[in-house]
Amino acid sequence: MQRNVGLQILSVGSGLLLLAALYLVFVYAPLEAVMGAVQRVFYFHVAAGWVGALAFLVAFVAGLLHLRRGSLLADRVALCSSEIGLVFISMNIVSGAIWARPIWNTWWTWDPRLTTATISWLLYAAYLLLRQGIEDPQRRGRFAAVYGVIAFASVPLTFAAIRIFRSIHPVVIGAGAPGAKGSFDMTPAMRDTLLFSLLAFTVLYGALLWHRLRLERLSERVAQLRLRILQA
Amino acid sequence: MRAAMARKPRMLRVIGALLWKDLLSELRGRALLAALVVFALLTVVVFNYALDLERTVRASVGAGVLWVTIVFTATLALNRVFAAEREHALHEGLLLAPVERLAIYFGKLLSGFLFVLLVAVVVVPVFALLYDLPVARPLNLAVLLLGTLGYLLPGTLLAALAAHARAREVLLPVLLFPVAMPVILSAVRASQEVLAGSAWVRIAPAFNLLVASDIIFLALAVLLFDQLVDA
Amino acid sequence: MIDVRGVEQSYAGKPVLRGVDLQVAAGEFVALFGANGAGKTTLLRMLATLARPARGRVVLGGFDLAVDPQALRAVVGFVGHHTMLYPELTAFENLQFYASLYGVEPARARCDALLEQVGLQRQRAERVRYFSRGMQQRLAIARAILHSPRVLLLDEPHSGLDQIAAAQLDALLHAEAASGRSVLLVTHDVQRGIALADRVLGLDRGRVVLERAAGAVSATELAELYAGGNGA
Repeated sequence: MQRNVGLQILSVGSGLLLLAALYLVFVYAPLEAVMGAVQRVFYFHVAAGWVGALAFLVAFVAGLLHLRRGSLLADRVALCSSEIGLVFISMNIVSGAIWARPIWNTWWTWDPRLTTATISWLLYAAYLLLRQGIEDPQRRGRFAAVYGVIAFASVPLTFAAIRIFRSIHPVVIGAGAPGAKGSFDMTPAMRDTLLFSLLAFTVLYGALLWHRLRLERLSERVAQLRLRILQA
Repeated sequence: MRAAMARKPRMLRVIGALLWKDLLSELRGRALLAALVVFALLTVVVFNYALDLERTVRASVGAGVLWVTIVFTATLALNRVFAAEREHALHEGLLLAPVERLAIYFGKLLSGFLFVLLVAVVVVPVFALLYDLPVARPLNLAVLLLGTLGYLLPGTLLAALAAHARAREVLLPVLLFPVAMPVILSAVRASQEVLAGSAWVRIAPAFNLLVASDIIFLALAVLLFDQLVDA
Repeated sequence: MIDVRGVEQSYAGKPVLRGVDLQVAAGEFVALFGANGAGKTTLLRMLATLARPARGRVVLGGFDLAVDPQALRAVVGFVGHHTMLYPELTAFENLQFYASLYGVEPARARCDALLEQVGLQRQRAERVRYFSRGMQQRLAIARAILHSPRVLLLDEPHSGLDQIAAAQLDALLHAEAASGRSVLLVTHDVQRGIALADRVLGLDRGRVVLERAAGAVSATELAELYAGGNGA
């Protein structure tokens, strides 16, 4: 197996970026006056949510490409990106709950953002279950892409539907609802920490996607080799 | 022997034939409809006891019960409509024919819609009686039709998709519930407001979103159904 | 009438057809033999447009599968492992339903003529669920030739039939071939295939390995064909 230099650089780079981001979050960023230390969850919470959304977007575009061109690589990207997105959305939901316990006095509320994140989680879990249930690779790719497109289209509709009920989730970036609880104004140091966390997580996503794609290619090769041995 | 000319049949006629065939099979076999009606009635009755229905919350809780009943019934109907065809590889008979693949989708959609409506004709009046709610309001009937359609639009597509997978009977609701969430939520919300006697301004957001969801799922089905057919 | 060139297909990564060439002339009756897993059913399903070839060209009645599948469907009749009949509908209703799918006009007259031809006129108004296997199979043939297809594809139509029913089916197939249809018959029953066909083809592990006039095929060749499949 030949060494993959680009992938190694990316892996080490994302590790260093994450360490730096941790330093910024815990040392550089100032303590939030009202909420205290628990507010530091915010940086990785937002970054994980961002990567989750990005990963699902990538999976959606890859699915469309697969339907258009029948590209096998696109199908692989759709699978791998969905898996990574699922992991990051899970991190986003859990970190949000940890923050919500002291601030909202509850682990969970049926707020639009929380519910939408949960529904997205369910959608992509269902996507992976569907893939497991279909044996033929061509059909699996096509059907999964169809489901991916429908799933992706339904997320904003779900968000709009829950919006019809009231929201208490803070909107830190952009204008927030006046009733939002746990909102705060970002200082420049906080903003820089957030932006750096977003960068670190995005690079991490790139590294993970590359690793996962490589793994998928290798496992396909193993399956082919096993078949060749069986038929020989 | 006279050679019959095989013309390309018109789509509406094909959809009509599919609907006629499903209905006739069902009325003779009586496997599905009776079971669905009993199941739906059970749901309505069980919820009546499970939930404490005070006057003040009756409209909002009642709307939820009504929609849970419809969604469960529709899911069972979808599973059944596709399972029945698979038993004798009848779907292949449809795919062999030179008909628009979309006609098959619409035939299945309308069959499912008709089955759920037939169940609703029995169950909704019983529900109105037990829960003492004005379900017959025209606007509520419109919400019922649009919501059922909105659930079956992606439902029919996903049932065709799940039909090829392992454990398909369980897989369908797992795939469908999160996708149909906007339809379910906006239909419940719209029904709540209508049953509580709210003004149109309070009904409109949910109602409009329901219509929008229907249109989007219809467009997606039209664009994507071809991909589910092998050749 | 049937023109297949270089068709390849695999299922779940396993090659099923590896470059099949096959020509059947107008009005010709061809029997296709082969051991289990040789690819006979896959090939037939592909000709019937129920599966897509991964590579190669399929032309039936002058219509290319890749270009105009709908026109191709209109000239093909297919009898598979299942009868594709609705058990709760009567014999006549089944034919009538398929007549509307194929746009056959005038439907009533054509359905009645066919019931007469396959000897089911008396059971016209009986539900198919009460039919014997032989009656169902004859009705399945009627369903397949309803739209007067130029090509008739048959996959093991004799399976599950008793002697008398099988003989009735043979008579029906003879008449069909005599009326100018091209017939491709997949069967395990070598004697029957040779008796019915003009030409015999042997498929082994996804390739055509044998081609003889029906009168010229030897017992040794056929034994080898089936032994080859078992060795795989």
